[in-house]
Order: sequence, then structure tokens, then C-alpha cells
Amino acid sequence: MKWNTTFDSWNYAGKIMHNKYMKTAFMKSFPVMCSYLFVSTAYGLMMSEAGFPWYISLIISLTIYTGAFQFVLITFLGSNTPVITILLTAFLMNARQSFYSLTFVSEFKAYAKEKMGFGKLLYMIHTMTDETYAVNCTLQMENAQKRPVMLRVAFLSRFWWMCGTVLGGIAGQIIPFHLEGIDFCMTALFITIFLDQWQKTESHISALTGLSAAFFGLLFFGKNNFILPALVITSFLLIMMKNMKRKKTDGTI
Amino acid sequence: MEQYRMAGIIVMAAAVTFLLRALPFLVFRKKQSMPAELAYLGKVLPSAIMAILIVYCMRNISICNADSMAMILAALITAVSYIWKRNAFLSIVGGTAFYMLFCQK
Repeated sequence: MKWNTTFDSWNYAGKIMHNKYMKTAFMKSFPVMCSYLFVSTAYGLMMSEAGFPWYISLIISLTIYTGAFQFVLITFLGSNTPVITILLTAFLMNARQSFYSLTFVSEFKAYAKEKMGFGKLLYMIHTMTDETYAVNCTLQMENAQKRPVMLRVAFLSRFWWMCGTVLGGIAGQIIPFHLEGIDFCMTALFITIFLDQWQKTESHISALTGLSAAFFGLLFFGKNNFILPALVITSFLLIMMKNMKRKKTDGTI
Repeated sequence: MEQYRMAGIIVMAAAVTFLLRALPFLVFRKKQSMPAELAYLGKVLPSAIMAILIVYCMRNISICNADSMAMILAALITAVSYIWKRNAFLSIVGGTAFYMLFCQK
């Protein structure tokens, strides 16, 4: 009896893994796995060095789940930083992610019609990180197949982040070799996605505007706070250029 | 006291993060369609965001610094190999391996 149940659950786990959606999601999110496992291991390690047990790190990873801010929060938790400063930093560092949801409003609304739809919608919103967003942007398939893959990409990414957090918190200190430079994985991922998008789109105005706005922001807002201003400038310029183009074509007709 | 403060900060930071991610849904829940401007932004912003994130990842680069040169080289290796072979995994592993090898010294 016990063997049977064990076998059944094993078989069930096998079925989930052999699920073609899971396979696609795993392959697509593989770079996220590399980067998340190492970055979150580093996070768990830093948290344990700051004197926090692994389960506190896990709780923070489970609830907040946003890479860069979690690192900043380590120093905040250990000091007497006013709560309002912490929340404002959270707001400024994560405001860019409300731009991400914008891309998927219609896709996410379609989740609401599925089984456990509201739960899925909340889950997809909660898991909207830079990397999950980036990978979900690259999925080219019909919406009916895209939604289950997106859900699994979100699940796997979050799963690897939790694994790394616990790993770093418990055993990160005994890794015998240096992992310095591993975070370049994330940069490389962004570069390949950028090139992919560049070759897929006819107009490069958006990419070039973003690039110039980033350099402008880097110059005027400093290297740690330029993402949000750069995004605002880019959005503003893109809408302005679109309106100018429309007026021009209206004028000729 | 210290624990309550920590719990409060975690809950509030989680709420801020979630609400930011949910903002487009809270705003456009009632209306069926989005304004044309925002729909346009949703379509074209991804490549701009990617460009900004790349600059953010490489924000610590400075001229006349061996580590920065290694990072630029690693980025070039990633980009050129990706344009050549179209294999994201190979390019990411190759670029990262190059940069890590340099960092071991």
C-alpha cells in the first residue's frame, strides 16, 4: 500500500515534469535559474552574516520577492532607518515593475476566466520580477498555450529564488570555490533579450530612446537611482514622438 | 519590539511591492480598453526597459579599470556569439565563464 502511494506520487511528479508546458517553461527560464540560484544564495549568505536566521531570509524572499531591494533591505533592517525611508526606497526601486505589468494586462485578464483564475492573477502579479518579465516577453506562441507556460515560468523562477535563499542561509558559507562574477549571468541574459527584441522589431526608436535615457539618467541621477527617471523620460519621449509623427501624417493628408 | 519593527517593515515593503506590480490592473479594471498611449507604451517599452537594465547592470564600469574592461569584453563575447549562433544559453554561459575566470585572480 505504502509502495503504491509512493509510486503514485512519484509518477505524478513525473507527469508534471513531463508536461510539455513545464518543459518549455524550464528551458525558457534556465538562464533565470542560473542567475537566481546564485544571486539568492548570495542574498542568503549576506543575511546570515548580518545575523538573520535562514527562515527570516526565506520569509522576506517569499513575501517581498524583488532582487535588488532585498539586498538594500539587509542594511535597513540592521540599522535604525526610519520606516518611511524604507518604504520610499521600496517604492522607487520597484516602481519600474508597474511598467512591466502594463505589457501583460490583457494576458493577465484572461487568467481570470480560468479555473482558480483570481488566484492565478494574484500570483502572476506577485511574481512580476525583472527576469520573469523578460522571459515571458520572449514567449512566442498562441495565448492559450502562452498562459500556462507563463505561469510555470513564474513558478520556477520563484522556486529557484527560494532554493537559493535557503541554500545561502544554511550552507552558503561552506562553498569551497569563489563565485565572484557569477552575477554577470543576469547582464548576459539582458543582452541576449535585447538583441532578440532588436532583430524582431522594425523600429529601433524605443531601444535607442531607452539607451540614451539610461545614459542621461546615469549622468544626472547617479548610478543607483537612475532606473525610474530613465523610464519616465523614455515613456514621455516615446509618446511625444508618436504624437508628432501622427500630426505630421495628418498634415500631409 | 525589534521583532515587531522587522515584521512591520517586511509586511509593508511586501505590500508596496505588490501594489506597484498590480497598479495597471487596479487602474484598468473597470474600463475594457486602455488608452491608446498606454497600449502603445506597453508594446514598445520592453526593448527600452531592457536597454536601461543593461546599463544598470554595467553601471559600475569606469575607464582605465581592468575589471571594467573584462566586463565590457564579456558583454561583447555574449553579444557577438549570440548574433552569430542564436543560442542564448551558450552566449550567457560563455560570457559569464569568461568574466568569472577573470575575477578568480
